[in-house]
Amino acid sequence: MELENFIKNFANQFDDTDESEIKANTEYHELEEWSSLTAMCVIALVKTQYGKTVTGREIKNCKTVMDLFEIVASK
Amino acid sequence: MENFNPFSLKEKNILITGASDGIGKAMAISCSKMGATIILTARNKKRLEETRSMLKGVGHQMFIADLTSQEDIDNLVDQLPPLDGIVHNAGVGSRVLCKLITNKDLDYVFNPNVKAPILLQKAILDKKKINKGASIVFLASRAAKSPGFGNAIYSASKGAIISYANCLGLELAPRKIRVNCICPAMVWTKLIIQEGIEKEDLEEAQEKYPLKRYGNPEDIANLAIYLLSGASSWMTGSCIDITGGAKEL
Repeated sequence: MELENFIKNFANQFDDTDESEIKANTEYHELEEWSSLTAMCVIALVKTQYGKTVTGREIKNCKTVMDLFEIVASK
Repeated sequence: MENFNPFSLKEKNILITGASDGIGKAMAISCSKMGATIILTARNKKRLEETRSMLKGVGHQMFIADLTSQEDIDNLVDQLPPLDGIVHNAGVGSRVLCKLITNKDLDYVFNPNVKAPILLQKAILDKKKINKGASIVFLASRAAKSPGFGNAIYSASKGAIISYANCLGLELAPRKIRVNCICPAMVWTKLIIQEGIEKEDLEEAQEKYPLKRYGNPEDIANLAIYLLSGASSWMTGSCIDITGGAKEL
């Protein structure tokens, strides 16, 4: 899996946040639109696009998109 | 002194679907301890045999069946003795956000949770396998009335079965057959551990329940005993919440 593609997919889970706001070092918990609902979308994304399981706890513990990418990539 | 026990299930034949695990398994074991003869059904032979080995008393029967198959329903119902109790317990959980729901997701939940019990009940009535005065119990869920993220299909399936049960109760009342639903909040079974949720998260969440814990399958089994016994003979068309005090899931 590629980081660039992951960031794009991650950004796609938001409806009102511009894609340009989301980069590898973005601390996603700080985004105004971020919520537990977005976290669920990310869980679903990881499952459908990458065939992997990421937990709510892991998403909560990661800070940046890069952190999350690394966790998913390591699975 | 006479032994007073309005909750006895002696001499009752009780069919329990989804009896190989979780709440169904606990209900089968508890009802057998109350004197019932249990007819167990589920898809998984090995696990169902394990449940049967844990039942008290003799004469219990088990049938392997996938109730989403009409053929399996017909085979099962042909072999059933006349029933005094039915627990429509088999069901699946699901967690999909509304914007991601597919046709496949709908079938995955609605086939076992809604279509299967309705068609099984139809076959039982059609083939006259239910006794006058029998009790029918549906395992619904508090989810029918408590919305949760990702729970739309599951909640809708439980809402559907509650509405169905109410009509069934009306149609069977002339024969004194009673129909009631159990609506549990979170109960410790495999159903609540799903993608992206860990046991530790749930252990933390159960602290928010007024009684400080999620339910155990045996808690639900005790309510089923009441509904299947003569103790509840003036009760039909009811939906009973059993939630450890929780108003939300």
